[in-house]
Amino acid sequence: MKLRRTMLYVPGGNAAMVKDAHIYRSDAIMFDLEDSIAVNEKDSARLLVFHALRTLNYEGTETVVRINGLDSPYGRDDIKAMVNAGPDIIRLPKTETAQDIQDVEELIRQEEKAAGLEEGSIALMAAVESPLGILNAYQIATASSRLIGIAFGAEDYVTNMKTSRSRAGSEIFYARSALVTAARAAGIYALDTVFSDLNDEEGFVEEVRMAKQLGFDGKSIISPRQIRPVHDVFAPTEAEVEAALRVMRGIAEAKKRNMGVITVDGKMVDKPMVDRAERIIEMAKASGQRIPEEELHV
Amino acid sequence: MKITKKGIAGTLESSDVLVTVSPPVEPGVTIELESIVKKQFGNRIIAVVNEVLEGLGIKDVHVSLQDKGALDCTVRARLEAAAYRAAGISQLQWRR
Repeated sequence: MKLRRTMLYVPGGNAAMVKDAHIYRSDAIMFDLEDSIAVNEKDSARLLVFHALRTLNYEGTETVVRINGLDSPYGRDDIKAMVNAGPDIIRLPKTETAQDIQDVEELIRQEEKAAGLEEGSIALMAAVESPLGILNAYQIATASSRLIGIAFGAEDYVTNMKTSRSRAGSEIFYARSALVTAARAAGIYALDTVFSDLNDEEGFVEEVRMAKQLGFDGKSIISPRQIRPVHDVFAPTEAEVEAALRVMRGIAEAKKRNMGVITVDGKMVDKPMVDRAERIIEMAKASGQRIPEEELHV
Repeated sequence: MKITKKGIAGTLESSDVLVTVSPPVEPGVTIELESIVKKQFGNRIIAVVNEVLEGLGIKDVHVSLQDKGALDCTVRARLEAAAYRAAGISQLQWRR
Protein backbone atom coordinates (compact mmCIF):
# COMPACT_ATOMS: atom_id res chain seq x y z
CA MET A 1 0.00 0.00 0.00
CA LYS A 2 1.44 3.33 -1.11
CA LEU A 3 1.10 6.08 1.46
CA ARG A 4 0.20 9.52 0.17
CA ARG A 5 -0.54 11.28 3.44
CA THR A 6 1.64 14.30 2.77
CA MET A 7 2.54 15.98 -0.53
CA LEU A 8 4.96 18.83 0.23
CA TYR A 9 5.00 21.87 -2.08
CA VAL A 10 8.51 22.87 -3.13
CA PRO A 11 8.92 26.02 -5.24
CA GLY A 12 10.69 24.77 -8.37
CA GLY A 13 12.92 27.84 -8.54
CA ASN A 14 14.42 27.48 -5.08
CA ALA A 15 17.73 25.62 -5.40
CA ALA A 16 18.13 24.86 -1.68
CA MET A 17 14.61 23.49 -1.29
CA VAL A 18 14.75 21.47 -4.51
CA LYS A 19 17.96 19.90 -3.21
CA ASP A 20 16.78 19.14 0.33
CA ALA A 21 13.00 18.66 0.14
CA HIS A 22 13.11 14.91 0.74
CA ILE A 23 15.02 15.02 4.03
CA TYR A 24 11.86 15.86 5.97
CA ARG A 25 10.32 12.52 4.93
CA SER A 26 6.97 13.59 3.57
CA ASP A 27 5.41 10.81 1.50
CA ALA A 28 5.76 12.91 -1.64
CA ILE A 29 7.46 16.12 -2.70
CA MET A 30 5.84 18.30 -5.31
CA PHE A 31 8.09 20.60 -7.31
CA ASP A 32 6.00 23.54 -8.38
CA LEU A 33 6.43 25.15 -11.79
CA GLU A 34 3.09 26.93 -11.61
CA ASP A 35 1.90 29.57 -9.17
CA SER A 36 5.07 29.93 -7.09
CA ILE A 37 7.16 30.77 -10.18
CA ALA A 38 7.13 34.26 -11.70
CA VAL A 39 6.51 34.31 -15.46
CA ASN A 40 10.04 35.54 -16.19
CA GLU A 41 11.55 32.62 -14.24
CA LYS A 42 9.51 29.76 -15.75
CA ASP A 43 12.43 28.73 -17.99
CA SER A 44 15.03 28.62 -15.22
CA ALA A 45 12.76 26.80 -12.74
CA ARG A 46 11.94 24.19 -15.39
CA LEU A 47 15.68 23.65 -15.98
CA LEU A 48 16.43 23.48 -12.25
CA VAL A 49 13.79 20.82 -11.62
CA PHE A 50 14.79 18.97 -14.81
CA HIS A 51 18.44 18.66 -13.76
CA ALA A 52 17.60 17.91 -10.12
CA LEU A 53 15.30 15.04 -11.08
CA ARG A 54 17.87 13.60 -13.48
CA THR A 55 20.70 13.85 -10.98
CA LEU A 56 19.59 13.66 -7.36
CA ASN A 57 18.50 10.64 -5.37
CA TYR A 58 15.36 11.47 -3.42
CA GLU A 59 15.69 8.22 -1.47
CA GLY A 60 12.31 6.73 -2.19
CA THR A 61 10.26 9.87 -1.62
CA GLU A 62 7.70 10.06 -4.41
CA THR A 63 8.47 12.91 -6.81
CA VAL A 64 5.68 15.01 -8.30
CA VAL A 65 5.87 18.03 -10.57
CA ARG A 66 3.03 20.52 -10.73
CA ILE A 67 3.13 21.81 -14.29
CA ASN A 68 1.48 24.89 -15.75
CA GLY A 69 -1.87 24.39 -17.46
CA LEU A 70 -2.09 23.87 -21.21
CA ASP A 71 -3.99 27.16 -21.45
CA SER A 72 -0.73 28.94 -20.52
CA PRO A 73 2.34 29.39 -22.76
CA TYR A 74 4.34 27.09 -20.43
CA GLY A 75 2.41 23.84 -20.06
CA ARG A 76 3.65 22.13 -23.23
CA ASP A 77 7.31 22.86 -22.49
CA ASP A 78 6.80 21.68 -18.90
CA ILE A 79 5.48 18.34 -20.17
CA LYS A 80 8.31 17.86 -22.68
CA ALA A 81 10.91 18.65 -20.04
CA MET A 82 9.36 16.56 -17.28
CA VAL A 83 8.73 13.45 -19.36
CA ASN A 84 12.47 13.47 -20.06
CA ALA A 85 13.32 14.25 -16.43
CA GLY A 86 11.23 11.35 -15.12
CA PRO A 87 9.37 12.30 -11.95
CA ASP A 88 6.95 9.67 -10.64
CA ILE A 89 3.93 11.87 -11.22
CA ILE A 90 2.90 14.96 -13.20
CA ARG A 91 0.19 16.98 -11.47
CA LEU A 92 -2.08 19.11 -13.60
CA PRO A 93 -3.52 22.23 -11.92
CA LYS A 94 -7.02 23.67 -12.36
CA THR A 95 -8.49 20.60 -14.04
CA GLU A 96 -12.06 21.19 -15.10
CA THR A 97 -12.95 18.43 -17.55
CA ALA A 98 -11.92 14.93 -18.55
CA GLN A 99 -10.66 16.48 -21.79
CA ASP A 100 -8.04 18.48 -19.82
CA ILE A 101 -6.58 15.19 -18.62
CA GLN A 102 -6.79 13.53 -22.00
CA ASP A 103 -4.98 16.47 -23.65
CA VAL A 104 -2.12 16.22 -21.15
CA GLU A 105 -2.01 12.46 -21.45
CA GLU A 106 -1.72 12.68 -25.25
CA LEU A 107 1.21 15.11 -24.99
CA ILE A 108 2.92 12.85 -22.44
CA ARG A 109 2.36 9.85 -24.71
CA GLN A 110 3.82 11.68 -27.72
CA GLU A 111 6.89 12.76 -25.76
CA GLU A 112 7.42 9.29 -24.28
CA LYS A 113 7.31 7.86 -27.80
CA ALA A 114 9.67 10.49 -29.21
CA ALA A 115 12.11 9.96 -26.33
CA GLY A 116 11.98 6.17 -26.66
CA LEU A 117 10.49 5.76 -23.19
CA GLU A 118 8.04 3.08 -22.21
CA GLU A 119 4.47 4.30 -22.58
CA GLY A 120 2.91 4.91 -19.19
CA SER A 121 6.24 5.64 -17.50
CA ILE A 122 4.78 8.69 -15.76
CA ALA A 123 1.60 8.78 -13.70
CA LEU A 124 -0.83 11.67 -13.52
CA MET A 125 -2.63 13.57 -10.79
CA ALA A 126 -5.27 16.21 -11.26
CA ALA A 127 -5.95 19.15 -8.98
CA VAL A 128 -9.58 20.22 -9.04
CA GLU A 129 -9.95 23.85 -8.06
CA SER A 130 -13.21 25.18 -9.52
CA PRO A 131 -16.98 24.59 -9.29
CA LEU A 132 -16.97 23.10 -12.81
CA GLY A 133 -14.13 20.77 -11.86
CA ILE A 134 -16.04 19.60 -8.78
CA LEU A 135 -19.16 18.93 -10.84
CA ASN A 136 -17.02 16.91 -13.28
CA ALA A 137 -14.98 15.18 -10.57
CA TYR A 138 -15.95 11.61 -11.47
CA GLN A 139 -15.38 12.16 -15.21
CA ILE A 140 -11.98 13.64 -14.36
CA ALA A 141 -11.15 10.80 -11.95
CA THR A 142 -11.86 8.21 -14.65
CA ALA A 143 -10.36 10.10 -17.60
CA SER A 144 -7.09 8.17 -17.81
CA SER A 145 -5.56 4.93 -16.63
CA ARG A 146 -2.49 6.98 -15.65
CA LEU A 147 -4.47 8.98 -13.12
CA ILE A 148 -3.56 7.84 -9.62
CA GLY A 149 -5.29 10.56 -7.66
CA ILE A 150 -7.19 13.81 -7.54
CA ALA A 151 -6.46 16.70 -5.21
CA PHE A 152 -8.70 19.50 -4.07
CA GLY A 153 -7.52 23.10 -4.31
CA ALA A 154 -9.73 25.35 -2.21
CA GLU A 155 -8.26 28.79 -2.80
CA ASP A 156 -9.47 29.30 -6.38
CA TYR A 157 -12.62 27.34 -5.62
CA VAL A 158 -13.85 29.65 -2.85
CA THR A 159 -13.10 32.70 -5.00
CA ASN A 160 -15.17 31.21 -7.84
CA MET A 161 -17.90 30.45 -5.31
CA LYS A 162 -17.97 34.14 -4.27
CA THR A 163 -17.01 33.27 -0.71
CA SER A 164 -13.86 32.90 1.36
CA ARG A 165 -12.32 30.21 3.53
CA SER A 166 -13.42 29.84 7.11
CA ARG A 167 -11.91 27.75 9.86
CA ALA A 168 -14.96 25.47 9.98
CA GLY A 169 -14.77 24.93 6.23
CA SER A 170 -18.52 24.76 5.63
CA GLU A 171 -18.05 26.57 2.29
CA ILE A 172 -15.95 23.68 0.94
CA PHE A 173 -17.73 20.78 2.61
CA TYR A 174 -19.67 19.85 -0.54
CA ALA A 175 -16.57 20.10 -2.75
CA ARG A 176 -14.50 17.93 -0.43
CA SER A 177 -17.23 15.32 -0.20
CA ALA A 178 -17.82 15.32 -3.95
CA LEU A 179 -14.12 14.99 -4.69
CA VAL A 180 -13.42 12.18 -2.26
CA THR A 181 -16.56 10.32 -3.41
CA ALA A 182 -15.41 10.60 -7.03
CA ALA A 183 -11.96 9.31 -6.09
CA ARG A 184 -13.40 6.37 -4.20
CA ALA A 185 -15.79 5.51 -7.04
CA ALA A 186 -12.83 5.60 -9.45
CA GLY A 187 -10.55 3.66 -7.10
CA ILE A 188 -7.86 6.36 -6.94
CA TYR A 189 -6.31 8.53 -4.20
CA ALA A 190 -7.86 11.73 -2.83
CA LEU A 191 -5.78 14.57 -1.38
CA ASP A 192 -7.18 17.46 0.58
CA THR A 193 -6.39 21.13 0.03
CA VAL A 194 -3.60 23.10 1.75
CA PHE A 195 -3.94 24.83 5.11
CA SER A 196 -2.13 28.14 4.83
CA ASP A 197 -1.88 29.46 8.39
CA LEU A 198 1.34 27.90 9.65
CA ASN A 199 0.89 29.43 13.09
CA ASP A 200 -2.52 27.85 13.71
CA GLU A 201 -1.40 24.32 14.60
CA GLU A 202 -4.60 23.47 16.40
CA GLY A 203 -6.72 24.52 13.43
CA PHE A 204 -4.47 22.52 11.14
CA VAL A 205 -4.81 19.31 13.13
CA GLU A 206 -8.59 19.78 13.32
CA GLU A 207 -8.73 20.15 9.55
CA VAL A 208 -6.55 17.06 8.98
CA ARG A 209 -8.82 15.05 11.28
CA MET A 210 -11.84 16.17 9.30
CA ALA A 211 -10.17 15.31 5.98
CA LYS A 212 -9.30 11.85 7.29
CA GLN A 213 -12.84 11.38 8.56
CA LEU A 214 -14.25 12.34 5.14
CA GLY A 215 -12.11 9.61 3.60
CA PHE A 216 -9.13 11.52 2.16
CA ASP A 217 -5.79 9.71 1.87
CA GLY A 218 -3.76 12.77 2.74
CA LYS A 219 -3.15 16.46 2.27
CA SER A 220 -1.13 18.82 0.13
CA ILE A 221 1.11 20.72 2.55
CA ILE A 222 3.18 23.89 2.34
CA SER A 223 5.80 23.41 5.05
CA PRO A 224 7.86 20.58 6.53
CA ARG A 225 6.33 21.60 9.88
CA GLN A 226 3.00 20.19 8.70
CA ILE A 227 4.33 16.67 7.99
CA ARG A 228 4.39 15.20 11.49
CA PRO A 229 0.87 16.31 12.53
CA VAL A 230 -0.61 14.78 9.37
CA HIS A 231 1.26 11.50 9.79
CA ASP A 232 0.17 11.35 13.43
CA VAL A 233 -3.50 11.87 12.57
CA PHE A 234 -3.40 9.25 9.81
CA ALA A 235 -1.55 6.63 11.86
CA PRO A 236 -4.03 4.09 13.24
CA THR A 237 -4.17 4.14 17.05
CA GLU A 238 -3.15 1.10 19.05
CA ALA A 239 -6.81 0.52 19.93
CA GLU A 240 -7.80 0.64 16.24
CA VAL A 241 -5.06 -1.82 15.30
CA GLU A 242 -6.00 -4.16 18.15
CA ALA A 243 -9.69 -4.06 17.17
CA ALA A 244 -8.76 -4.76 13.55
CA LEU A 245 -6.62 -7.71 14.60
CA ARG A 246 -9.51 -9.08 16.68
CA VAL A 247 -11.70 -8.97 13.56
CA MET A 248 -9.06 -10.83 11.53
CA ARG A 249 -8.62 -13.42 14.28
CA GLY A 250 -12.38 -13.86 14.45
CA ILE A 251 -12.56 -14.42 10.70
CA ALA A 252 -9.76 -16.99 10.84
CA GLU A 253 -11.48 -18.81 13.68
CA ALA A 254 -14.82 -18.82 11.83
CA LYS A 255 -13.18 -20.28 8.73
CA LYS A 256 -11.58 -23.04 10.81
CA ARG A 257 -14.94 -23.98 12.30
CA ASN A 258 -16.92 -23.47 9.08
CA MET A 259 -19.03 -20.83 10.74
CA GLY A 260 -20.99 -18.49 8.44
CA VAL A 261 -21.60 -15.53 10.72
CA ILE A 262 -19.43 -14.38 13.60
CA THR A 263 -19.42 -11.58 16.13
CA VAL A 264 -16.44 -9.68 17.46
CA ASP A 265 -16.71 -7.23 20.38
CA GLY A 266 -20.46 -7.89 20.31
CA LYS A 267 -20.85 -6.76 16.69
CA MET A 268 -21.65 -8.94 13.72
CA VAL A 269 -18.67 -9.01 11.36
CA ASP A 270 -19.62 -8.26 7.77
CA LYS A 271 -17.51 -7.66 4.67
CA PRO A 272 -17.18 -3.85 5.04
CA MET A 273 -15.91 -4.42 8.59
CA VAL A 274 -13.30 -6.89 7.35
CA ASP A 275 -12.28 -4.47 4.58
CA ARG A 276 -11.86 -1.68 7.15
CA ALA A 277 -9.85 -3.96 9.44
CA GLU A 278 -7.57 -4.97 6.57
CA ARG A 279 -7.07 -1.32 5.62
CA ILE A 280 -6.17 -0.34 9.20
CA ILE A 281 -3.61 -3.15 9.41
CA GLU A 282 -2.14 -2.21 6.03
CA MET A 283 -2.00 1.45 7.06
CA ALA A 284 -0.33 0.53 10.36
CA LYS A 285 2.28 -1.54 8.55
CA ALA A 286 2.89 1.17 5.97
CA SER A 287 3.25 3.74 8.77
CA GLY A 288 6.01 1.63 10.27
CA GLN A 289 4.05 0.21 13.21
CA ARG A 290 5.13 -3.28 14.24
CA ILE A 291 2.53 -5.97 13.85
CA PRO A 292 3.59 -9.45 15.01
CA GLU A 293 4.19 -11.63 11.96
CA GLU A 294 1.87 -14.40 13.13
CA GLU A 295 -0.99 -11.89 13.24
CA LEU A 296 -0.62 -11.24 9.52
CA HIS A 297 -1.34 -14.81 8.54
CA VAL A 298 -4.60 -15.29 10.36
CA MET B 1 24.84 28.43 -30.04
CA LYS B 2 25.80 32.09 -30.40
CA ILE B 3 25.75 34.37 -27.40
CA THR B 4 24.37 37.67 -28.64
CA LYS B 5 23.56 39.52 -25.43
CA LYS B 6 23.92 39.30 -21.67
CA GLY B 7 21.91 36.53 -19.98
CA ILE B 8 21.55 36.09 -16.22
CA ALA B 9 20.05 33.21 -14.20
CA GLY B 10 20.10 32.01 -10.60
CA THR B 11 20.22 33.80 -7.27
CA LEU B 12 22.64 34.63 -4.48
CA GLU B 13 20.75 32.43 -2.03
CA SER B 14 22.42 29.54 -0.27
CA SER B 15 22.89 26.41 -2.45
CA ASP B 16 22.39 28.49 -5.60
CA VAL B 17 24.65 30.25 -8.08
CA LEU B 18 24.16 33.48 -10.00
CA VAL B 19 25.42 32.98 -13.54
CA THR B 20 26.02 35.78 -16.03
CA VAL B 21 26.74 34.83 -19.63
CA SER B 22 27.89 37.57 -22.03
CA PRO B 23 29.45 37.95 -25.47
CA PRO B 24 33.24 37.91 -24.99
CA VAL B 25 35.54 40.85 -25.66
CA GLU B 26 37.86 38.51 -27.56
CA PRO B 27 37.07 35.11 -29.17
CA GLY B 28 37.22 32.09 -26.88
CA VAL B 29 35.91 31.09 -23.48
CA THR B 30 36.67 33.00 -20.30
CA ILE B 31 35.32 31.96 -16.89
CA GLU B 32 35.31 34.08 -13.77
CA LEU B 33 34.42 32.21 -10.56
CA GLU B 34 33.62 33.55 -7.13
CA SER B 35 32.69 30.78 -4.71
CA ILE B 36 32.41 30.14 -1.01
CA VAL B 37 33.82 26.68 -1.72
CA LYS B 38 36.34 27.68 -4.40
CA LYS B 39 39.30 26.11 -2.64
CA GLN B 40 37.68 22.69 -2.50
CA PHE B 41 35.35 22.65 -5.51
CA GLY B 42 36.62 25.43 -7.82
CA ASN B 43 38.12 23.05 -10.36
CA ARG B 44 35.02 20.88 -10.35
CA ILE B 45 32.74 23.89 -11.01
CA ILE B 46 34.95 25.05 -13.91
CA ALA B 47 34.87 21.52 -15.35
CA VAL B 48 31.05 21.49 -15.20
CA VAL B 49 30.92 24.90 -16.90
CA ASN B 50 33.19 23.72 -19.71
CA GLU B 51 31.16 20.55 -20.15
CA VAL B 52 27.89 22.49 -20.42
CA LEU B 53 29.38 25.01 -22.87
CA GLU B 54 30.68 22.18 -25.03
CA GLY B 55 27.30 20.43 -24.93
CA LEU B 56 25.59 23.61 -26.08
CA GLY B 57 28.22 24.25 -28.77
CA ILE B 58 29.24 27.61 -27.30
CA LYS B 59 32.77 28.59 -28.32
CA ASP B 60 32.88 32.31 -27.65
CA VAL B 61 31.60 33.49 -24.30
CA HIS B 62 32.40 35.13 -21.01
CA VAL B 63 30.87 33.33 -18.02
CA SER B 64 30.79 34.83 -14.56
CA LEU B 65 29.62 32.75 -11.59
CA GLN B 66 28.87 33.88 -8.05
CA ASP B 67 28.50 30.54 -6.29
CA LYS B 68 26.87 30.00 -2.91
CA GLY B 69 27.52 26.28 -2.64
CA ALA B 70 25.44 25.05 -5.59
CA LEU B 71 25.39 21.38 -6.55
CA ASP B 72 26.64 20.39 -10.01
CA CYS B 73 23.08 19.98 -11.25
CA THR B 74 22.22 23.51 -10.08
CA VAL B 75 25.29 24.95 -11.84
CA ARG B 76 24.19 23.16 -15.02
CA ALA B 77 20.61 24.41 -14.74
CA ARG B 78 21.56 28.02 -14.07
CA LEU B 79 24.27 28.12 -16.75
CA GLU B 80 21.94 26.63 -19.36
CA ALA B 81 19.17 29.09 -18.43
CA ALA B 82 21.58 32.03 -18.69
CA ALA B 83 23.01 30.77 -21.99
CA TYR B 84 19.63 30.20 -23.62
CA ARG B 85 18.55 33.66 -22.51
CA ALA B 86 21.79 35.16 -23.86
CA ALA B 87 21.25 33.42 -27.20
CA GLY B 88 17.59 34.39 -27.37
CA ILE B 89 16.47 30.74 -27.62
CA SER B 90 13.23 29.62 -25.98
CA GLN B 91 12.76 26.15 -27.49
CA LEU B 92 15.06 23.79 -25.59
CA GLN B 93 16.23 20.30 -26.38
CA TRP B 94 15.03 18.02 -23.59
CA ARG B 95 15.81 14.61 -25.08
CA ARG B 96 19.33 13.95 -23.90
